Amino acid sequence: MSIIICIIIVTILSTLLLTLVKESKKAYVALFAVIINVILSSFIAIPALIGSSFEQSFYGGTVFVNIPLRVDPLSAWFILLMDITVLTGILYGSQYMKAYKNQSSNLTMHFASYILNHFAMISIYIVQNSFALLCVWELMAITSFLLIIFEHHKIDTLKAGINYLIQSHISIMFMTMGFIWVNSFTGSFDFNAITTYTSTVSPAVSFLLFLCFFVAFAIKAGFVPFHTWLPYAHPTAPAHVSGVMSGVIIKLGIYGILRILLLIKGDYMAMGYFILVISVITGIYGVILAIVQHNIKKLLAYHSIENIGIIGIGIGLGCIGLGLNNFYLSFAGFGGAMLHTLNHSLFKSLLFYCAGTIYQATHTLNIERLGGLIKKMPQTTILFLIAALAICGLPPFNGFISEFLIYSGLFKGVLSGQISSTIFFITAILGLVIIGGLAMLCFTKAFGIIFLGNERHHLPENIKEAKPLMLFPKYIIVLFILLIGVLPQFVVFLVSKPALLFTGKNSILTQPIEYIQTFQFVGIGAITLILLSLMILWIKKLVTKPAIVSVSPTWGCGYKTESPKLQYTANSFVRPFRKLISPILQMNKKENKIEGVFPKQIHSETHPYDKLEAVLIDTPLMYLKGFLGKFKFLQNGKAQFYILYGMIFIFLIITLPVLVGAIFYVIELIKQI
Amino acid sequence: MLSLLLIIIASLFFTGIIIRTKSILSGRKGPGIFQPLKDIWRLFKKGAVYSNTSSFVFQIAPSIYFASILMAILMIPLGGHQGIISFKGDFIFFAYVLALGKFFMIVSALDTGSSFSGMGASREALYSLLAEPAFFILMSSFALLTGYTSFHEIFSTLHFGTYISYAIGALAAFVLVIIALIENSRMPIDDPKTHLELTMVHEVMILDNSGFDLGLILYGTNLKFAMYGGLIANFFLTPSYEWYFSIPIFIGVQLLFAVIVGILESFMARFRMNHNPQYIFMLTSISLLIFLGVLLVLGKIA
Repeated sequence: MSIIICIIIVTILSTLLLTLVKESKKAYVALFAVIINVILSSFIAIPALIGSSFEQSFYGGTVFVNIPLRVDPLSAWFILLMDITVLTGILYGSQYMKAYKNQSSNLTMHFASYILNHFAMISIYIVQNSFALLCVWELMAITSFLLIIFEHHKIDTLKAGINYLIQSHISIMFMTMGFIWVNSFTGSFDFNAITTYTSTVSPAVSFLLFLCFFVAFAIKAGFVPFHTWLPYAHPTAPAHVSGVMSGVIIKLGIYGILRILLLIKGDYMAMGYFILVISVITGIYGVILAIVQHNIKKLLAYHSIENIGIIGIGIGLGCIGLGLNNFYLSFAGFGGAMLHTLNHSLFKSLLFYCAGTIYQATHTLNIERLGGLIKKMPQTTILFLIAALAICGLPPFNGFISEFLIYSGLFKGVLSGQISSTIFFITAILGLVIIGGLAMLCFTKAFGIIFLGNERHHLPENIKEAKPLMLFPKYIIVLFILLIGVLPQFVVFLVSKPALLFTGKNSILTQPIEYIQTFQFVGIGAITLILLSLMILWIKKLVTKPAIVSVSPTWGCGYKTESPKLQYTANSFVRPFRKLISPILQMNKKENKIEGVFPKQIHSETHPYDKLEAVLIDTPLMYLKGFLGKFKFLQNGKAQFYILYGMIFIFLIITLPVLVGAIFYVIELIKQI
Repeated sequence: MLSLLLIIIASLFFTGIIIRTKSILSGRKGPGIFQPLKDIWRLFKKGAVYSNTSSFVFQIAPSIYFASILMAILMIPLGGHQGIISFKGDFIFFAYVLALGKFFMIVSALDTGSSFSGMGASREALYSLLAEPAFFILMSSFALLTGYTSFHEIFSTLHFGTYISYAIGALAAFVLVIIALIENSRMPIDDPKTHLELTMVHEVMILDNSGFDLGLILYGTNLKFAMYGGLIANFFLTPSYEWYFSIPIFIGVQLLFAVIVGILESFMARFRMNHNPQYIFMLTSISLLIFLGVLLVLGKIA
């Protein structure tokens, strides 16, 4: 029995089993199923990553006939990184969902969706037939929709979920268009048909085909301006789902783009420039909006967009490298992009899990209301701090490693090639630096305001550290973050396998070896940094041993009445920056004027809104509504009319061939004349 | 190893020379060159007062800040001698390590819960993010000019030939001086002598630090100055020089750098706070100018 059939059987059986067990056991069934699927899929993925690709044909009934299943290093890399996050997600989620243990049917639906979603993702990475891919992609889209709307009694959640559902179907529509396009010329649903088709047509046509696929996958991944579903979907989902969504589900888009680039033949330069430009915009726009958010999960969601931008810069760099025939560049670009995909899935899921813990303890996600959590939740604080440092791309953590790989590729690119690519690369470097700096502003704000200082608002009394079982998956992630940070050479070696798929056989193994040597030094640097910090802390301990340490209130510059309200808020922390970039932002402000000699208590609120969403989604939607409103009279609520519409429809369907035949007949007649 | 030693030695004098220059220019007698060092030494031996609001983050931040500066110094070469840690793209590591230190300082300022510290933290975060692009463009220009991507390789192959390249060198030194001033919160951006907390940037962040921690931060500033001085000195050191040439050049550049900082601080007033971002971002445009110059030198654009 093949592994694939095992995975299918496990998925179906565990989904059925979920309906039979008690509420408290459902989480364990899901956990069990996910663990088995993780082990089974790793059995395929690990050998494929090391060298022996998995290839099989799966009989899919009369509709699909034979579905080719292939796992090359690219699929294997994505399967493995997905498995890590899905596993930590269910480990965390099984604890997180205990708060909802009285909603039996809801829980069954949720966990069943989780298992099916995992299964769908494994299939997406394995299937190499476009028709089958569309089916599993649809399964993934629907199950993740069900995961998002767990709290469907809230209107916002439902709205966000439907927004997601619509946008992901637009994505599927583009994908279908692309596949039909290829199929109509080649008659095959196998992925290799894309290669055979695009190697016969002109580069402009293959670029158009690429655009079609890119839009499809960019909606999934959240590239600007296709990102608008993301900041709604992530905050409303339960924390572990947000972590998995941001960590791996949106990465399906990245996988799709990489897979298409691997298949398509055409003008790589044009594609590379296109991806590079859109990614730099994505990165900067994402982080700018992240900075002004007050809802921590929304902030993290916008940060996902930023990181997709960084990954995209890597992909663009790799593409240009292919165009320039410079394998050094394409290795750094694709390798960096894939490594950043892994890294982002690690620290972003950790951040979302921490946000979930904060939410369950304080019942708020508004940064402005939090503060001083470090004294009550020290472990969560340290975990969040590590993840924040990692996401800012600071050494000695993992985020730095992938950014460094992309940077070194970009610098190499500046040196080699023509003037045009040099200009693009310098822009990308500029973009990456600005993204890094802004990310630091964003996370000093998030970490500082949430965890440090004093409580800014009256929080519940009983805030406690999360239970060990809830912390356990987070520590697993931290372990990965640190390992990648201090031993980067191994992970760069691992990522070189899928990256070499792009650069081709002729680059042999010399390029990765050079990078691996550099990364040995980066690792040494990271370790030296840690040792230096420890050494100075130790010296401090030695020197200050005899000194007297006392505790007193914070120095208020002469002001004696200290109050938590005097603390800097998140809004004031980013105010200078917000003023600087005000043209890009749209801040919806509700403010009442202060009137009279003795003004009454007034209320003011500010909501940052996505300007691009207002321009690209809201305005066209308004016009569309206006236009469609003209046809409202059709929907008059009378059953007779609806029956009439049905009759007309059936009549048209029946007479259509006759009509077409008649038209052809007339045309023939005219021709004869 | 040599560069580490030299930078540490230079750091001992640096602030002293700045203060001495300022006192001479304003016609005061002024303290001796070693006064800042004596202050730091006194702080090292003192006890500390911690705020009851602050947490362990506040206590470890100065040490990590200091470690990050030391780590950055380890990567600075000296003419033909490479730094202790040197690899392709080490200047990326250099910039990000310094950013790590800054992250901790900003967070520790927020840890005190003081509104003034928060204000300083906000400004520092903004200014440092604005200064970063200039450094990267500068380094990529020199990478393009020399064809290498590490401090050691860039500086050991850098040589000025044409007139444009001298202009590039001068502009680069200028950019680095300004970056050093921003990073150390000196005059046109921030006034270290000011007594009004509302107008402070760096000083107000460290209001609550005391004892050993404050000493570390102050000495860290000295080290950072000497580090940037060392970086600037590298522009004028070519590997063909023997050590008995390169060391005097290094010391000369550091001395000149300190005196220039002193002169700047004596004759310039601090900018208005809301003009600072524009001023800092101007650096990026200057470094783009350098980049264009490099393209000219290489003949990539006519």
